[in-house]
Amino acid sequence: MAHDILENSGFAADRKLNIVGTNPIKHDGWDKVTGAAKFSSDVILPGMLVGKILRSPHAHAVIKSIDTSAAAKLAGVKAVVTGADFPQIKEGTPYGDMTRMVMAQEKVYHEGHPVAAVAATSESIAKKALKLIKVEYEVLPHVIDPVAAMQPDAPILHSYMRTKGAKPGDPKVSADRPSNVVERYELGVGDVEAGFAEADFIVERTFDTKPMHQGYIEPQSCIASCSEEGEIELWCCTQAPFVYRDRLSEILKVDGSKIKVQQSELGGGFGGKTAFYAEPVAIQLARKTRRPVKITFTRSEVFRGTGPVSGTQSRIKIGCKKDGTITAADAELIFQTGPYSGSAFTNAPQAMFTRYDLKNVRTVSYEVVSNRPKVASFRAPCVPQVVFGVEGIISELANKIGMDQIDFRMKNAMANGARTIYAETFGKIGFIETLEAAKACDHYRSPVPKGQGRGISTGFWFNRGGETSSTLNVAPDGSVTITIGTADVAGSRISISMMVAEELGIPVDKVRAVLADTHQLGFNRVTAGSRTTFSQGVVLVDCARKVIKEMSERAARIWKVPEEGVEFVNGSFRPAGANVGEFKPLTIADIAKQTTNSEGAIAARSDMNVTGAGPGFGCHIVDVAVDEETGAVEIKRYTVVEDAGKAIHPLQVEGQFQGGAVQGIGWALNEEYIFGEDGKMQNPGFLDYRMPVASDVPNIDTIIVEVPNPRHPFGLRGVGEVPVVPTMAAIANAIGDCIGIRPQSLPMSPPRMLQLIQARNAAKQ
Amino acid sequence: MKKHHITLTVNGDEYDALVEPQQSLLDVLRDTLMLTGTKEGCATGDCGACSVTVDGVLQCACLMLGVEANGVHVETIEGMAQGADLHPLQKAFLVHNGLQCGICTPGVLVAAKALLERNPDPTEIEVRYWLAGNLCRCTGYDKLIQSVLVAAKEMRGA
Repeated sequence: MAHDILENSGFAADRKLNIVGTNPIKHDGWDKVTGAAKFSSDVILPGMLVGKILRSPHAHAVIKSIDTSAAAKLAGVKAVVTGADFPQIKEGTPYGDMTRMVMAQEKVYHEGHPVAAVAATSESIAKKALKLIKVEYEVLPHVIDPVAAMQPDAPILHSYMRTKGAKPGDPKVSADRPSNVVERYELGVGDVEAGFAEADFIVERTFDTKPMHQGYIEPQSCIASCSEEGEIELWCCTQAPFVYRDRLSEILKVDGSKIKVQQSELGGGFGGKTAFYAEPVAIQLARKTRRPVKITFTRSEVFRGTGPVSGTQSRIKIGCKKDGTITAADAELIFQTGPYSGSAFTNAPQAMFTRYDLKNVRTVSYEVVSNRPKVASFRAPCVPQVVFGVEGIISELANKIGMDQIDFRMKNAMANGARTIYAETFGKIGFIETLEAAKACDHYRSPVPKGQGRGISTGFWFNRGGETSSTLNVAPDGSVTITIGTADVAGSRISISMMVAEELGIPVDKVRAVLADTHQLGFNRVTAGSRTTFSQGVVLVDCARKVIKEMSERAARIWKVPEEGVEFVNGSFRPAGANVGEFKPLTIADIAKQTTNSEGAIAARSDMNVTGAGPGFGCHIVDVAVDEETGAVEIKRYTVVEDAGKAIHPLQVEGQFQGGAVQGIGWALNEEYIFGEDGKMQNPGFLDYRMPVASDVPNIDTIIVEVPNPRHPFGLRGVGEVPVVPTMAAIANAIGDCIGIRPQSLPMSPPRMLQLIQARNAAKQ
Repeated sequence: MKKHHITLTVNGDEYDALVEPQQSLLDVLRDTLMLTGTKEGCATGDCGACSVTVDGVLQCACLMLGVEANGVHVETIEGMAQGADLHPLQKAFLVHNGLQCGICTPGVLVAAKALLERNPDPTEIEVRYWLAGNLCRCTGYDKLIQSVLVAAKEMRGA
C-alpha cells in the first residue's frame, strides 16, 4: 500500500517546535525509580511452577539417551521435557536449527546447550530433579576457535553443511565436502589491483577481536501459561514480541493467533534479546502441566546459554596517495557464529569502509560455526569489530603522510549523493558536518596532556526502518493513548510520545504510550538497528495526521461549513479565514468531548514498512594513559560526536552516546569469553567477566550534530548503534599514540598490554 | 525441605516468612514477600541490583541467607518514597535521565542513599567509587553519577 508520509514526510527545517528538542521526564520513569516497574521476572501468576533447564557439560557430543524417569517421579515435579517433546523439524533448515538451539536433539553443540527441563512446585525441587536426569553422551572432538574450525582436519559440527557461496580456487571453502564455513560472501567495487598500483603508501595488518556479551543486567526470564483450549500466553523480556510469536508458531506448530506474547519492561537488551531461549521450553512445560511455568536464567546461564557477539579475525589493507586520497581497500574477514548461522556478518563488509568515498574495494567474508554459544545481535552487529582494524590503518596512513587525523578522514569523506559498495546512493548525510564538529570541539583542539595519548575513530551505521503497526486513540477528554508493538529498550516511549504531542499540539503529559501484546496490533519487526524511534515517529505522526483530518471534518460539521473552511493551528481547529464565519476555536478535547458519543471514537491506525531511515555517522576522540608497570589503560577523557538528525529528547540521545561508548570501553579493555581446553567457558560471571564499573570511566562528553533526515517528519536519524562502532578503534589508536605501538587485538587488558610493551622494548634493543 | 520461620521488618512493616535454609534474603523479599522492586542480576554479589540496607548497613540481598534475616530491619527501594513524595535522589534520576532501562536503578538508588547518609557532600570520584558495586550497562554512568551529585546538593540545601 502506498503511504503518503513515506513519499512526503512533511519535514520543514523552519518548523517551530514546542516539545521536540526538550527533555520531559519519561513516563515510565516513575515506576522505575520506585521499584514498581514490572520486569520479566517480576511477573507472578497464581499456581505457577518453577522451570529449570539441564545443560550439557560437553562442548560437542552425541546424545545417546536421556532417562528422565527418576526426575519425573520426584514429589513436586509436574513435568519433564526433552528434545523429543518438540515438533521434529529437519536440521539444516532455519526452524530446525532454531528448535535445536532451544533444546538439543541429536547432538549438543556447546557447553551449556539445553538437553532437558523440568517444572516443579519449587526451585529447590526443580534443581534436585535436574540431578536425577541421566544423559548418556558420546563425547566428540570440539573446536572453539573459528580459524581452527576452518582447517581441513577440524571437527565438523554438521556433516550436511556445505559452504554457501563457495568459490573454486578459494582453498578455505569447498562446496563438495562438509565444512564449518557457513557462507563465503564477496562484496566490492572497482579494480583493487589498479587502485593499489596508484598508492604511494600501503598498510596491511591483521586484527583479532573477542566475543563480548551484551551484558544486560536483567537475566532472561519468562512465564508461560496455556488455557484448556490450547491458547498460549507468554510474558517475557524481548526486543521482538511479534518475531517471537511467529517463530514460536513455526517451531511449536501452533497458530500465531493462539499465541499471545506480552513484553515486560526490558532490563537491557542491546540486541541480545532479539532471539528466544527458554520461552519455547516454558511453553512446552505449561502445555504439559496446564499451569503457568516461569523460567529465570542465572547469570551463569546467561553467559553460557545466550548469545555473545561474534569474535572476528581480519586482514585489512588500505592504500593512499601522498595527498591523502585513498586509492584501494581490501579485506578478508572471519566471523564466528556459534553452532549455527546467525551473526548478521554481511553488515560488516557493507559498513566497514562506508563513510569514505572509495572507488576500489574488495572484501571476502566467512561465517564459521564452532562449539560456542550461538551469537546474537549487539549494537551494529559485526561492525565495530572490523572498524577496529580499518580505523587503525586509517590513523597509521594519516601519520605516514603527516596529515591531521581529521583532515585525512575529511579528504576521503562521503558527501550527499555518495554511492556505497552495497549500491545505495545516499541522500542527505552528515559525515562531513560530524567531522567538522569534532575538529572544532575543545577536546580535539586542546593539546594532548603529557604522558597521555590521543586517538580518534569514526563509524557508520545504516539505520533501519521496517514493518511497524501502531494505533492512536483519542479519549473523550482529549487525552491520547498510543499503542505500540515495538520494545522500549532505553526510553523510546517518551520520545515517541513527544512526536505525537508535537504533531497534535497538546502537552506531552496528555499522551501515553502502551506496550502492546501481539493480539493487539499487526506485525512489528524486531526493535533493533536503531529503527524504533524513527519508524514509530513516521507511523504515529501518520496516525496523528489522520485524526487531525477526522477532527477537521467534525469541526466543519459542528460549524456547518465546508471542510476546507477549517484549519488546524497550534493544537486547535479554527476558521480558515474571515469569510468562513466567526467561530470560537475548538481544541482536540472540545471535539472529542462533543462528538465521540454521536460520531464514534476518534482513532487511527497505521501499518507500514517504513523506509527513509537516514544513515548515521559518528566520530570519537579519546585520551588515555597507560601504566607501563601494570599494563593498565586509563580512559582520561572521551568525547562522542554524532549526527542525530534531530534530537527529539536530547538527554536520551546523549545517554545513547555515553552508554554505547562505555560498552565499547569494556569491549576494548577487558571483556572476552575465556574457554578452557575442555571447551568450557571459564568466566561465566561478573567477577571474572569484567564489565566497566562507575570508577573505571570518566564522564563522556557528547556533541549532538543535527543534519536533518528529510524523510522523517522531524528530521530524526537513529542513534543507538553508531556510538559503539568507533570505540575500540579510537582507544587502540590512543594507546598507540601513548606507547608507540598500536594494539591489533582485543581486549587490551593488562596482561596483553604488558606483552605488547615487552615486544616494543625488545624491538628497540 | 524443612523450612524455618523468620520475622523481619521491611520498610517499617513486620512480616513473617517460612524460608528454606539455602534461600537468600533476596529470594525472601522477591518470592515470599513479593517485594519485587529489589532486582536479581547475578545472585553472586557482583552487580548490586539487589542492594538493600539491613539494620542500616548497605548489602547485597543475594549474599545474606533468609534465615540470617530473622529480627532485622530491611529497607528496600519500595520504602524510599514517602507515599507520593519521591526522595530527592528519585527526583534527580527522573529529571536528569539517570536511568535508561531501569533494571539497575533500584539498587543504585538504595546504594546512593546510603552514601549520602554517610557523606552528604561527596566528590564525583567518591560517588563513582561508592557505586562501583552497582553495574549499569545502559547509561555509561555519566548521567547516573550527575543525578546523585544533583540530589546531594539539593539535600544539603546548597
